[in-house]
Amino acid sequence: MHEMSLCEGVIQLIEQQADEQQFTSVNTVWLEIGTLAGVEIEAMRFSFDAIAKDTIADAAKLEIITVQGVAECPLCKQQTEVMARFDLCPQCGHYPLEILAGEEMRIKELEVQ
Amino acid sequence: MCTTCGCAEGDTQIDGHAHDHSHEHGHAHEHSHDHGHAHNHHGHALMATHAAGISPSRILRIEQDILSKNNAYAADNRGYFKQHGMLALNLVSSPGSGKTTLLTRTLEHLKAEFCQAVIEGDQQTLLDAERIRATGVNAVQINTGKGCHLDAHMVGHALETLKPEDNSLLFIENVGNLVCPASFDLGEAHKVVILSVTEGEDKPLKYPDMFNAAGLMLLNKTDLLPYLQFDVDQCIAYAQRVNPGIKILQVSATTGEGMQAWYAWLRETYQSIQSDATSRSTTITDNQDPSICV
Repeated sequence: MHEMSLCEGVIQLIEQQADEQQFTSVNTVWLEIGTLAGVEIEAMRFSFDAIAKDTIADAAKLEIITVQGVAECPLCKQQTEVMARFDLCPQCGHYPLEILAGEEMRIKELEVQ
Repeated sequence: MCTTCGCAEGDTQIDGHAHDHSHEHGHAHEHSHDHGHAHNHHGHALMATHAAGISPSRILRIEQDILSKNNAYAADNRGYFKQHGMLALNLVSSPGSGKTTLLTRTLEHLKAEFCQAVIEGDQQTLLDAERIRATGVNAVQINTGKGCHLDAHMVGHALETLKPEDNSLLFIENVGNLVCPASFDLGEAHKVVILSVTEGEDKPLKYPDMFNAAGLMLLNKTDLLPYLQFDVDQCIAYAQRVNPGIKILQVSATTGEGMQAWYAWLRETYQSIQSDATSRSTTITDNQDPSICV
């Protein structure tokens, strides 16, 4: 359940932004979470509501943009969508593949007032 | 949570550590909770339209890594370890893999050879730190409360209390959990994952992030293999599939079988850190004698 800590990290970054960018409330938070980031999206939503309570992001809407895991085979250069870190190259069967996308855990945007 | 140092106000307790900073927030929480408008956009317009009387909202592009704060603390810890010539290892495993038994045997075996110190992470109790201190090695316990892993900030505070000797070997025993500690860099040189043969051989595939993040895997409790149906070769193949670069050693912390290879790995890794440090700086030359801390 490290989603709880991740949400604490999100709120800390938002509070830091609030000081720098002069806003007093947050309407929407957009996160980018990769499918290989080890983050359970539903746990993230659940944790966010609990952690955001009584903070500047209280009642903010959480929007999660899922980033599909994409990898490239170092041998045959085939790019492919992957479900797991240890997937084999669908073309030549080689592993490990080089992960190009899907490890993201990022605050992308905020809608603030 | 405290935005000055990032402390969670709630549940983390560091044995012997007192905070000298305030956990008051510097800003007021005076925002309205009236969100009567629709959030049906994800366009990148700079200003969103809102009902009259409510200040207009704006979209801020942030693009910040959620773990950036932890990673900054981890970089500080890494700098500290480097400056003090220390080898820090982050020991991770499921609960019950034999981590603490392995650690106490290691500390006993190496205490004449190295300055050693331990940071113990558990949700509750001081029991593990007490087991470590019984070996004569300095230890500090972090109780994470509801937390399921150590983070770099907790480790930074634990170092303030622990004050390890220069050039020492620091073992950070993480909370027993094969999921969450994978994401949190503590500033360590390597993660060492401990898997015991009483668990399934497919654990590396079930928890690939952890086995991918580790530099060394210790397959523990090998003395129990005659009583189990555990396929060692299959387990090793799974670990190497997730992480082709992972080094794997088979050990029994109870009988001592295979432990010499682990001690050799520790010596070799410690030496590489030391020669790295001395090639950059010649200032860390005193305090090399481990007998001063035993």
